[in-house]
Amino acid sequence: MPAVSFQGVTKIYAGARGTLRALDSVTFDIQRGEFFGLLGPNGAGKTTLISILAGLARASEGRVSVMGHDVVADYAQARHALGVVPQELVFDPFFSVREALRIQNGYFGVKHNDDWIDELLAGLGLADKAGANMRQLSGGMKRRVLVAQALVHRPPVIVLDEPTAGVDVELRQTLWQFIAKLNKQGHTVLLTTHYLEEAEALCGRIAMLKQGRVVALDRTDNLLAATAGSMLRFKTDDTLPEDLAARSRVTGRIAQIAARDATEVEQVLARLRTAQVRVEDLEIGRADLEDVFLAIMHAAPVRPEVVA
Amino acid sequence: MTGNSHLAGAGTLFRKEILRFWKVSFQTVGAPVLTAVLYLLIFGHVLEDHVKVYDRIAYTSFLVPGLVMMSVLQNAFANTSSSLIQSKITGNLVFLLVSPLSPLAWYLAYVGAAMVRGLVVGAGVLAVTVWFGPPGDVQPGWILAFALLGAALMGSLGLIAGLWAEKFDQMAAFQNFIVMPMTFLAGVFYSVHSLPPFWLAASHLNPFFYMVDGFRRGFFGVSDVSPWLSLAVVATALAMVATVTLRLLRSGYKLRH
Repeated sequence: MPAVSFQGVTKIYAGARGTLRALDSVTFDIQRGEFFGLLGPNGAGKTTLISILAGLARASEGRVSVMGHDVVADYAQARHALGVVPQELVFDPFFSVREALRIQNGYFGVKHNDDWIDELLAGLGLADKAGANMRQLSGGMKRRVLVAQALVHRPPVIVLDEPTAGVDVELRQTLWQFIAKLNKQGHTVLLTTHYLEEAEALCGRIAMLKQGRVVALDRTDNLLAATAGSMLRFKTDDTLPEDLAARSRVTGRIAQIAARDATEVEQVLARLRTAQVRVEDLEIGRADLEDVFLAIMHAAPVRPEVVA
Repeated sequence: MTGNSHLAGAGTLFRKEILRFWKVSFQTVGAPVLTAVLYLLIFGHVLEDHVKVYDRIAYTSFLVPGLVMMSVLQNAFANTSSSLIQSKITGNLVFLLVSPLSPLAWYLAYVGAAMVRGLVVGAGVLAVTVWFGPPGDVQPGWILAFALLGAALMGSLGLIAGLWAEKFDQMAAFQNFIVMPMTFLAGVFYSVHSLPPFWLAASHLNPFFYMVDGFRRGFFGVSDVSPWLSLAVVATALAMVATVTLRLLRSGYKLRH
């Protein structure tokens, strides 16, 4: 039995201008103990999918289950098995950190859990903030409390919806060490992130969403191997010829062009020479997940947003 | 699933909702008590010699139970409605939405805490105002029955308003255009028998009138209509509002999209 199962999940939003298919027959499983990444550009449907998983939204079609429990028919068991760290930095201003954790704990019917609460506070660097009111905490600290709230009832499946958006490096490291430890202990982790290097470093398997559809689903190393093996990076003040510009990623003066092998690298360099592009600081590196992501997003067909 | 697990977590939400208003009790309990005392002093002073509602009962004494009940009703409504709208707008309702709490557990916890707030404020208003206008033939059974049913009804109505409203001004509209007029036209400050025939008939369509009238019966042993009729009307209204509230919660109305 998989930890999480999405079967034909479709979500249609009806609006004044027609209907929007936010998710289109999304089907995949996440096995127990996996560290799974869900990637996609803004509006791809990542948060909608996670909202359906957590019971915050309802699928128009399809089924979702957590540890074998259907999220609609058997919602109580499904939610017991799930800990969700929401994307928005939300908090209840009436309570202290410890009160917030005890309350969350109580919603799940868990009692006498202060040892685990202390462990969570220590593990997330919150031990000295236990008595502080939520309003007094910095954004990073609030984010840590959100993680602790998601874990307080000891769920076997943890969902992190862009948990490191806008947080400092120190928290990112504390958080990942903590989550990696939980994953080693057997917890299943589902992560959505915009930081592709995080997904590359942490996730064993990745699904990529585009316009509500799964456009890639594979082991992270397979995804890295399947697309361009090398990446040319250089600086230039000149305009790239059209054929190269179409396949390159340009950020200010820095251009990056994917190449499958040494022959293709040579061809790109020759093309730059004939087009008289002056190149500085040229380096050839291994393609990373960001390159894979962009290649897949470019290759996947675009479909109209609005379905009448 | 056992009956017990249906209600698991309800106790925590109930305590949290009580803690929420208790932490700001100056505003949630102190302020309404002061308001009620001001009503009593001003209306009591101005109208004492001009209005005679029942024989043998001074106007100030008549006013006390009306003000107590008005405070119970308004504060029970305020507790559920303000808690829900604040949680919705700040986004922290997500903590509850991801929890396994059943719709029945939501209902009992929210409405239970609203009843506690209504009764605490009502007791506060009574404790301060009763010295100005002592009651006559006290019948505690009626007092308790109408206070509990009225608080539950208004707590439920507050839950509906909290689910429905998406902005604070929608909530204010619900409060100012529905709750406030129905409370003021319920005979808090007067006996409906002093009204012209049309407004007398209109008052009898207002369930708030039965709550206030039945509650007042417990203080003086007299009322505009039979307390049994009032009890039946209030209990029926509560059953109807509770059914609607539970349906909305079960359907995930404006909660789960």
